[in-house]
Amino acid sequence: MGLLEFINFYLIPGIVLGSIYALGAVGITLIFAILRYAHLAHGDLATLGAFIALAIVTSAGISPLAALPFAIVATAVVAVGIDKVFYEHLRERPKIITVIASLGIALMIRAVVQVIWGVDSESYVRGISRPDVYFGLRIRDREIFTVLAMLGLVGALYVFLKQSKWGKAMRAMSDNPNLALLSGIDNRVVIMLTWIIAGGLCAAAGVFLGINTEIKSMMGWHMLLPMFAAAILGGVGRVEGAVLGGLIVGITEELSVLILPGEYKAAMAFVILLFMLLVRPTGILRGKVL
Amino acid sequence: MEWIGLLNYALFMGIFIGIYALLALGLNIQWGFAGLFNAGIAGFFAVGAYTSAILTSAPADGRIGGYDLPFVIGWIAAMVAAAAIAWPIGKICLRFRSDYLAIATIGVAEIIRLVIKSEETLTNSARGIAGLPRPFGEWPYVESQAAFLVLVAAIVLVVYLLVERQFNSPWGRMMRAIRDNELAARAMGKDVEYRRLEAFIFGAAIMGLGGALFAHFNRSITPEAIDPMVATFLVWIMLILGGSGNNRGAILGAAVVWTIWSVSEIATDQLPHEYAVKAKYIRLFLIGLLLQLVLRFRSEGLLPEPLRGDQGNSGIDRERSVQS
Repeated sequence: MGLLEFINFYLIPGIVLGSIYALGAVGITLIFAILRYAHLAHGDLATLGAFIALAIVTSAGISPLAALPFAIVATAVVAVGIDKVFYEHLRERPKIITVIASLGIALMIRAVVQVIWGVDSESYVRGISRPDVYFGLRIRDREIFTVLAMLGLVGALYVFLKQSKWGKAMRAMSDNPNLALLSGIDNRVVIMLTWIIAGGLCAAAGVFLGINTEIKSMMGWHMLLPMFAAAILGGVGRVEGAVLGGLIVGITEELSVLILPGEYKAAMAFVILLFMLLVRPTGILRGKVL
Repeated sequence: MEWIGLLNYALFMGIFIGIYALLALGLNIQWGFAGLFNAGIAGFFAVGAYTSAILTSAPADGRIGGYDLPFVIGWIAAMVAAAAIAWPIGKICLRFRSDYLAIATIGVAEIIRLVIKSEETLTNSARGIAGLPRPFGEWPYVESQAAFLVLVAAIVLVVYLLVERQFNSPWGRMMRAIRDNELAARAMGKDVEYRRLEAFIFGAAIMGLGGALFAHFNRSITPEAIDPMVATFLVWIMLILGGSGNNRGAILGAAVVWTIWSVSEIATDQLPHEYAVKAKYIRLFLIGLLLQLVLRFRSEGLLPEPLRGDQGNSGIDRERSVQS
C-alpha cells in the first residue's frame, strides 16, 4: 500500500470521523467536569440535532451547512430545556441518579425522533459526491467543511473559556466548585452556558455525521462510546484534549480495518476506553478522574 | 375457547415476569446492594442465552458447539460465562466512580452484540441457534407452559431466598456500608474494590441465568430476540419503580412493569399498522418518562428498602459515596 492510498482511504476518513467525535466529546468533557456526571443522552441529542437540520433542509430547501446554525440554536434550547425539566431537581442528589435519568432521556429523545421521522435512513442531499483531487489527495468538499467547522467552533469555545468572564467562571466551577460558589459565581448561569455549548456542539456533531454518512435514529447512540472514549483519552475537562482524543479515536477506528474485520470497527473505542482507564485514567492531558 | 387463550397468555406473561424478575434481582445485587450502575444488562443476558444454547443444542455444521448436554449444565455454564465477562470489566472500572462502569457496560453490551452478529462459527450470526431442549417440552402445550412457569418461579424463589439471606448477613451489611459511605468502610479496613467486584459478578451471573431461561423457553435464540436498549431499560425501571435495595420490590417491579408493557403492546397492536409502529415508540417514550417521574417523586420505589438499625433515611437517595 502506497502512502497516498494510506492517506486517501484511511487517514482522511479517520480525521473527518475524528472531527465529528471531537465535537461531541467536547460537550461530554465539559458536562463531566462542570456538572460532574456522565451524560448518556449526548449521542441521542446529536441525533435530534441532525434531524432538526433535516427538517429545515427539506422544508426551506437550503443546504445542510446553511441549516447548521438553526439546528445548533434549536438543539441548545432543547438541551437547556431538558436540564431545567429533568436534571435540575436532581442536582442535590447523588450524581449517579442523574446518570440514570440521562439514560432515560436518551430513550425518550430517540423515541421522539422515531415517532416524528421514522426509522429509515435519510440523507440531506441525493446523489454521489465525487472527491476532488489535490496533489493526489482525494478530498470531498464536505470533508473540508467538517474539519474546518470543528476547528472553528472549538477554537471559538477555547477563546471563550480562556478570555471571557463567563468562560473563566466555567473553568473555575470545573476546578473547584466550592471556591467558585464562595467567590460569587452564579451557578445557574454557568450550568445554562454549559448546556448551551454542549447542546450546540452536539447538533454540529450530528449534522456533520449526517452530511458525511446518513441520518438515522440510531446514529447518535452509536457515537456515544467513541465520544466518551475521546473525552477520557484526552483528559476529562480538557477541551483541547477532547479534540485530540476525538481525532485519535476516529483515526484508530479507520485504521483498525487493516488488521480486524470491518464489523469490529466500533469496538476500537471500547478498547481505547478500557486501556486508558487501566494505564492512565487522567488521560493524555491530565484531566480529572471522578 | 376464550379462557384457554387467556390462560395461555397469563402463563406466557408469568414466565416472562419470572425471567425479568431474575434480571431485576441481579441488578438489585449490583445497584441495590453495591450502588453499581450496569447499563449493559442485555449483554450479560445474551452471553447467558448463547452459552447455554451452544452447549445444549444438537450438533450442527459450520459452527462450534452442539454438544447436546443437559440443560442444567447449560444454565450453570451460562452463569459462569456471564460472570467471566463481568470480571475483567469490573476489575478495570470499579476503582472509579460508577459513571465509568456505566459507560463501560454500554460498551460491553455493544461488543457482545457485534460478536453475536458477526461470528458465524460461534453464534450462527443472524439465523441464531434453534432446537434447544426445553424442560417439559414434550408435554402438551398448556401443561408444558404451566410446568415451565413452575420451574421459573421455583428458580426465582431460590434466587430470592439466597439473595435475601446475603442481604441480611454480615456481608450484606458490609456492602451497604461501602455503598453508603465508602470512605468510612475503607477506613474500617474493608476491601472496597474487591467487594464491589463480588457484587458485580454475582449480579451478572444471575442475569446470565435469566438469559439461559429465555433461550430455552423460546427453544431458540437469535440476535433479534431482544432489543438490547429496551431490555436493559425495562429492567432498570422495574428495579427503581419496585424499590432498589428491596428484593421483593425488584420482583414486584418486574411484575408491574412487564404487565403494563405487555398489555399496552396488545392494546396498540389493535391499531392500524401505520399507527401501531409509532405507538411502540410512544410506549418507549412513556416508560422513559415514568423513570423520570419515579426518580423525582418516589425515588425509594413502591417497596422501599427496609430500614435497618438506626438508619435515618432510606431509598436510593442516601449519599452513596463521598462525592468529590
